Amino acid sequence: MPRCSLAHGHRTLEPRIRRVIEREQVLHVAKLARLRLSEPEIEKMAGELSGILEHVDRIAELDLDDVLPTSHVVALENILRPDEPRPSWPQEVVLEQAPDPTEGAFRVPSPQADS
Amino acid sequence: MGELLELTVAEATARIAAGDVSPDEYFGAWREAAAGDDLNAYLWRAEEGEGGGEGPLGGIPIAVKDLFCTEGVETTAGSRILAGHRPLYTAHAVWRLAGAGAEVLGKTNMDEFAMGSSNENSAYGPVLNPWDRARVPGGSSGGSAAAVAGGLAPCAIGTDTGGSIRQPASLCGIVGMKPTYGAISRYGMIAFASSLDQCGPLTRDVTDAALLLNAMQGRDPCDSTSVGIEGGVTAPSRVDLRGLRFAVPAELAHDAIEPGVREVFETTLQRIEELGGEIAEVPLPHAEHGISAYYVIAPAEASSNLARYDGVRYGMRVESDGDLIEMYESTRAAGFGDEVKRRIMLGTYALSSGYYEAYYGRAQKVRTKIVEDFAAAFDSFDFVVTPTSPSVAFGLGEKTADPLAMYMNDFFTVPMSLAGIPAISIPAGLAEPEGGGPRLPVGFQISAPAFAEQRLLDAAYALEQAIGFDAKPGDRNG
Repeated sequence: MPRCSLAHGHRTLEPRIRRVIEREQVLHVAKLARLRLSEPEIEKMAGELSGILEHVDRIAELDLDDVLPTSHVVALENILRPDEPRPSWPQEVVLEQAPDPTEGAFRVPSPQADS
Repeated sequence: MGELLELTVAEATARIAAGDVSPDEYFGAWREAAAGDDLNAYLWRAEEGEGGGEGPLGGIPIAVKDLFCTEGVETTAGSRILAGHRPLYTAHAVWRLAGAGAEVLGKTNMDEFAMGSSNENSAYGPVLNPWDRARVPGGSSGGSAAAVAGGLAPCAIGTDTGGSIRQPASLCGIVGMKPTYGAISRYGMIAFASSLDQCGPLTRDVTDAALLLNAMQGRDPCDSTSVGIEGGVTAPSRVDLRGLRFAVPAELAHDAIEPGVREVFETTLQRIEELGGEIAEVPLPHAEHGISAYYVIAPAEASSNLARYDGVRYGMRVESDGDLIEMYESTRAAGFGDEVKRRIMLGTYALSSGYYEAYYGRAQKVRTKIVEDFAAAFDSFDFVVTPTSPSVAFGLGEKTADPLAMYMNDFFTVPMSLAGIPAISIPAGLAEPEGGGPRLPVGFQISAPAFAEQRLLDAAYALEQAIGFDAKPGDRNG
């Protein structure tokens, strides 16, 4: 199947060093994202992310110096409402969805493992 | 009973309102049809219906993408990590539909957290395309599209972040519309990329799309970015396209579109001219960078939105002997599928120290350029038109090994998402897939300036009438 890479049609891309995400970077990012990856996943992720980023890197060639970033497309202004207390969900209803509710709270493992 | 299933939503509401058909009978007929789901389109189906209520959609059953929270009804977003999750509240869009008299017929299968273009990323198995069960229905709203195309629901709703309504509608031969960002509240829609996500209808025709859109749109205090469409929309009735100007992006003159898709696209342009519309090429120079910008911005927002799935407050937890961090990591490793992990990694990388400006910062600037390209086009044109998807439905498993090839399915739909403008895909004809085989549906995408939904629906309706697409799965060569 042909890729729909319309960008290729009308200019030649400058040759450049191919960015490759190394294993160490994958592990670092996985740690930031709180994801544990298996050994095969680490290798696969490094290759796939490199391929995607190589494509994304084309935007590095655009002249964007004086361009303002767009984070949102709808022009909105802050609207204030009166800060009045409103009813919320009862504690026990919310805790029904929790994997380990205990004494009106969310129970979790200790932040520091026994060592 | 079979005759009831042939009615469009607009026809059915008229029959129900006139007392010719009882809401119970109508809902029952559809419940029976949905029970015959052999496409894996549904993840949950209503056991019994109350026949809905009074209103413009009185008695209409609706298939709802499993991304919308429904109070007390399992809502998984196609993910293992939310298996068994029963939300405490109902999404605003669904609540509005119910307020208009509609009733939920079922929850539809989808790519996990709406990340995908083939529905193969669902933790609950892929959805099959009713036109050819060896092919994908598109995604991420694949279950909603397959349900409508396959006669398992009269209409459906989905969400579109980069094409997730329009692309599956195109691949399944139905109408799919992404309204302007802000037209419909996102409250209760499980978040993927918050600056892009928007709810919309998947229907048999343009009139039904207008009906559903009008019922769902409006400002909602629970979503500060929702503004609604002033005056709402009414049923389209335009019969010609005289005085309207259609822009075709000049960059389309390249070779990446399947020949069959290109042919249907060209024929549709001729029809526009026959209806009195004017067509001209217009430069949209940054649209080709849409995929690059999108696959930085959307994963970046997703990596933040999906941080909430940590095994603490709801959803699944994987217990371990270790500390809190280990519990987080074990839960997320087991709960998320490959594509979701890939996007969380991509987004986290793009936002990480040292890479933020090069990726996220630049992608946001490209987004500005794309917004400006469309603004310039709409200075002298009413619409921008493209094929919805570069290809017809592709085979199951064909693109799963190459994420970038999969992302390219979104080439024509992502720019409108980044610009926040409304776009609709209507079935325009059938084309043979590359490599041969029975002919499959091809979608035609029309986009318009922000909040010009009425103009968009009117033009799509006029074109729909002229095309007269009446092929159905099963009579593919008709």
